[in-house]
Amino acid sequence: MSAVIEAQNLTKRYRDLVAVNDLTLKVEPGEIFGFLGPNGAGKTTTILMLLGLTEPTSGQASVCGFDPTSQPLEVKKRVGYLPENPGFYEDLSARENLCYLARLNRISEGESDRRITRLFEQVGLGRDADRPVREFSRGMKQRLGIAEVLVKEPQVLILDEPTLGLDPDGAVRILELITQLSHERGLTVLLCSHQLHQVQQMCRRIGIIVKGKLIVQGQVDKLGAAVLKERQWNFLVEVDGATDGLEGELRSLSGVAGIEQRNRGWLLRCTKDVRREVVALITQKGIGLLQLRSEDPTLEEIYLKYFREA
Amino acid sequence: MDVVFWKELADQFSSRRFMILLTIIVLTGMWATYSAGQTIRQDAENMPTEYVFLLLLTSQSGALFPLATFLAFLGPLVGITLGFDAISGEYARGTLSRVLSQPIYRDSLINGKFLAGLATVAIFWASILILVIGLGMSLLGFPPNAEELWRMLIFTFVGITYVGFWLALALLFSILFQRTVTAALGSLAVWLFLAIFVSMIAKVASDMIVPNPSTPEQLVQQTNIDTVVSRFSPNTLYSETVHILLNPIARAFGPVLQEQLTGILPTPLALGQSLLLIFPHIATLFALVGVCFGISYIKFMRAEIRA
Repeated sequence: MSAVIEAQNLTKRYRDLVAVNDLTLKVEPGEIFGFLGPNGAGKTTTILMLLGLTEPTSGQASVCGFDPTSQPLEVKKRVGYLPENPGFYEDLSARENLCYLARLNRISEGESDRRITRLFEQVGLGRDADRPVREFSRGMKQRLGIAEVLVKEPQVLILDEPTLGLDPDGAVRILELITQLSHERGLTVLLCSHQLHQVQQMCRRIGIIVKGKLIVQGQVDKLGAAVLKERQWNFLVEVDGATDGLEGELRSLSGVAGIEQRNRGWLLRCTKDVRREVVALITQKGIGLLQLRSEDPTLEEIYLKYFREA
Repeated sequence: MDVVFWKELADQFSSRRFMILLTIIVLTGMWATYSAGQTIRQDAENMPTEYVFLLLLTSQSGALFPLATFLAFLGPLVGITLGFDAISGEYARGTLSRVLSQPIYRDSLINGKFLAGLATVAIFWASILILVIGLGMSLLGFPPNAEELWRMLIFTFVGITYVGFWLALALLFSILFQRTVTAALGSLAVWLFLAIFVSMIAKVASDMIVPNPSTPEQLVQQTNIDTVVSRFSPNTLYSETVHILLNPIARAFGPVLQEQLTGILPTPLALGQSLLLIFPHIATLFALVGVCFGISYIKFMRAEIRA
């Protein structure tokens, strides 16, 4: 099967502003794709074009094999979209809100009842299902939003900041639910988020969009390797007790390109493996070594590097 | 579309503002009918023998407006109230993009909303008339005749079209302005302009074109200009239509020369003849609704949905 979400040279212009510029993107079935970018970079515009809510100025998109511009209904049947600040009918209860959405999707009464009850349990709203939404907190609305996109049992999920305003436990549960659905049912997920550590946990592949241009897309670890090509080794050194002059001596070791002060030690950015030398140096000075750990490049570093370059 | 329609209808009927409007209109309606009925009872000898029921709607008693005039005032308010936040409200709540990312055609949302509004108006208007008929029967002691019923039925249709225009206008404003308050104020401004200023402008224009009329011809010309300008307002269209429809005696708009009346029996017009007289008015009202809704439709289909 070919890609579930595919964009070919997608471009959107508003008079003199280019919101999305020549964007080419591919998301494979069953994949959780992280779509990153600073505010106003064109993420939402891209999503709207993928859903057929906005017409692209040029270029083509395809979602589940359908063109969102000419067959928006087929796309919308298969895609669940959670906007950044999902709104609800405040006077209706959570259940009524979801029932309305289910009816719009032509889901039969009994079936939607069953699905809604189950989803409320899964997102942790079981006891609040019949309260009017106006009494809900921000995080509860977010949970309701997640339940709502899952009501129609979509093949593709497009989530814009799904964990915004959620407590840490709630965020973890929601993300686990999404990951689990993705594994069990082969659900494809396009995830927009600024919570980079969450993205790193969930997504194997990411794309970074800056000023309307997709500047990079690929697997997180490969991108990491590419970013940190010139300083492939990062070591965290933590020591105990007096450190007289240790920093200067560490800096002068051959292979250490940079050194940053950390809480109880330093982060060494090295061009080669210097662990042996570091340990020798510390033992020789009679200082207690608490830990020496090699650190992988984080998504934050990848993101910041590309963001600053663009 | 039916899903949207039923939901919107339920929303309208359970909303607080609908309750307020309903209370106001039912109370004023009952009061106006009751006092009109009392006047008719006290002054029974001087009343025409035919079409007494219609008098309940049109006769003025003391300082109180007749019901038909009340409805001319409150109708726009109802239309605007039902429509001003149709789209802008969804936008403000952030529900629009959620609803439109469901597998429904975009026009089914706006069609459903407009039809639900019209249905609300129809139920409104019909229940008031039924109330009037019931109250009238107990006040007067006899039921309306068939022709009166027909005239009331057409009056209902005209009323729905009239309020439908304001509904469509409010809907248009709710699409043009993304802020609910702006949409409401905009529609109210148009209402004030059409209800009050157009008739003033008509006066000024006719005075300017024909100053100090001295001959009957000039007087007629002045009045004609006045009429034509004020007919730009749907309020005028509505009140002229209702005037002809509910007064079978009336057979012309505006002034009539003495010689035009010679040889004419002062009998009521048949329903068909009255209708012939007001057909252009009804058609214009209908067209106004169509134009307003048409513009809203096109605007909405092309609008970009963000947020």
